[in-house]
Amino acid sequence: MESESISPNGEVCVEVSDLWKIFGHDAEQLLHSEKRFASKEAILEETACVVALRNVSFQVNRGEFFVLMGLSGSGKSTLIRCILRLIDPTAGRILINGEDIRGYDDRQLTNLRRYTTSMVFQHFGLFPHRSVIDNVAYGLKVRGVAKEERYAKAREAIAKVGLKGWESYPPGALSGGMQQRAGLARALATEPEILLMDEPFSGLDPLIRRQMQDELLDIQAELQKTTLFVTHDLHEALKLGNRIAIMRDGEIIQIGSPEDVITTPSDAYVREFVQDATPARVLTASAIMEQPNVLLYSWQGPKAAMHILKTSNLDNAFVVTRAARLSGLVTVERLVELIKRNGNSLKEAFEPDLLTATTDTLVEDLFPLAASTRYPIAVVDDKGKFVGEIYISTILSCMIQTQVEDTGTKEDMKPNA
Amino acid sequence: MLEFPEFLQVPLAGWVDAGMSWILTNWGAGFDAVGNAILLVLLSIERFLLWLPWTAVVVLVGIAAWRVMRLWWAGLLMAGLMVLIGTFGYWDLAMMTLAIIVASVIISLALGIPTGIIMARSNSVESGLRPLLDGMQTMPSFVYLIPALMLFGLGKVPAVFATIIYAVPPVIRLTNVGIRQVPHSVVEAAQAFGSSSRQILFEVQLPLAIPSIMVGINQTTMMALAMVVIASMIGAKGLGMEVLLAINRIQVGRGFEAGLCIVLLAIIIDRITHALAARQEYAVTT
Repeated sequence: MESESISPNGEVCVEVSDLWKIFGHDAEQLLHSEKRFASKEAILEETACVVALRNVSFQVNRGEFFVLMGLSGSGKSTLIRCILRLIDPTAGRILINGEDIRGYDDRQLTNLRRYTTSMVFQHFGLFPHRSVIDNVAYGLKVRGVAKEERYAKAREAIAKVGLKGWESYPPGALSGGMQQRAGLARALATEPEILLMDEPFSGLDPLIRRQMQDELLDIQAELQKTTLFVTHDLHEALKLGNRIAIMRDGEIIQIGSPEDVITTPSDAYVREFVQDATPARVLTASAIMEQPNVLLYSWQGPKAAMHILKTSNLDNAFVVTRAARLSGLVTVERLVELIKRNGNSLKEAFEPDLLTATTDTLVEDLFPLAASTRYPIAVVDDKGKFVGEIYISTILSCMIQTQVEDTGTKEDMKPNA
Repeated sequence: MLEFPEFLQVPLAGWVDAGMSWILTNWGAGFDAVGNAILLVLLSIERFLLWLPWTAVVVLVGIAAWRVMRLWWAGLLMAGLMVLIGTFGYWDLAMMTLAIIVASVIISLALGIPTGIIMARSNSVESGLRPLLDGMQTMPSFVYLIPALMLFGLGKVPAVFATIIYAVPPVIRLTNVGIRQVPHSVVEAAQAFGSSSRQILFEVQLPLAIPSIMVGINQTTMMALAMVVIASMIGAKGLGMEVLLAINRIQVGRGFEAGLCIVLLAIIIDRITHALAARQEYAVTT
């Protein structure tokens, strides 16, 4: 292989170069004419061809989580299908572990799909006539693995995605989020080298989506799979990706780390994308607040509170009264002190400088607060009821995005108090 | 100008006749072999059905109806209808008719399901076969009797042959539709995991097409039943021949009895195969 296929920051696993996909009868002809660089609309009008991918090149390193992001129609789903040749590209090279898979015959292609890659689909693609465990074991079944062995591996994968107990149900009995867990388990059960994910979470409601993203991050931290992940959601891309490629009209217009994409958008299109993610000026506290994992109650004793914090791995939590009114914030350090001196009211362990916001406080106005505390900010409604908390990290990320929006550079900007 | 000009007339009938006699002289041996094969299948089934004591048949029908429809009274009802056929004195003739139906359906399925699969996998085969199937179903069923008669002579073999031609289109059609209706996302997922096209067919497409194929089997069976009556005109012994004789002799009562037996047989076969088809529905959500 060429020397350039080894990049300095790791071994290249997937390399795509000069990839074209043109749908239409005159695809070949168009490919060899100068017209191919004309706009998509002009080409469609003149030749009745649709250019889905135009001169796409990128590399994915081993163990990297690579996100392909773009709006619908940008070619990202076509691209991920080309990598498995579920759609055959018109021209270009696709190297997987240094081998050009465009030259593969049927047997080699089948082996690639059986042993090297796995895919998760937007619409799950589960087999409705098979139970969850048979769905998950499918990749092993086509390999010819014996039933006992493939069930053992399927059970492992099912446990990993948190679907234990659902093995014998048909997919139709599962909720959307659970079906996609089954889809993910099916992909993991074959222990693939490369994981391809085509908008896996976009059909799920926001709460489930976030939960699935978190779990995917956990799984990724453990398994370190080379992953190509397609999404149209910038937040998702920023959260999951080691690197992000932004696509428009079949072309990749920027590749970079989430940091790069946010701070130096390569052109107006990307800037627009990034701007969508930065509405700090209009966003209110209620939009970015989260439900606390743990709440303490004012009548609880310090030892009970300590136990709750310890078992949930937290070092602070809000305390509320019986009427759900916010009463204060306790920290582990203060609780320890309180227990040492045999105090018995949580009140004595309250953090003195508690910060609160109301649900309609603008996120922008929270920026100055963020610098002055290391604890979450409590959000209360107009009756003083505790409704959620905002992490400092959430505010900081809004600040960074706001800077990008205002200046388009990394220039330091003080939040106006 | 009032009469259709003679020079524009196409002697299609003559060509068909010439074609038939050419086939007979050149491929006669082939048709004999096919005829013998059909006869073998038919006679084994007929002998088996006539060998079975009538009580066994009644009990088997009852059990089948009960298991398939999951209603104990449906089992009793179907068994009762079988007994009714016997009470008219038509048991043996009904078994002969049933044998022709079963033989025709078995051969129709053996030909039709593979054809449906091929049709589902190739668009050009589909567009070629579709008008042929339409034609086969629209053509008056009597017309099939003539080539059947010419190729196989009189008797049960041409009856089975004509019945197959008449009854095979639904199962071909519904196998094709069933496979084509399998969601693309499911087939794509199977492809992505490295299934061979054989595995895609047997692990994914056929299992998901089964409800549709079962409907096809039900329709094919019902059409075979309808054709069997007509096929009696070329010498297939059975209930149909009773009806035919009754018409010729204007014996209303005899015709009514035999006709009623055909209806009873139709009800029994339809209810059982229909319930079999309805049972195959999967909870295909998402």
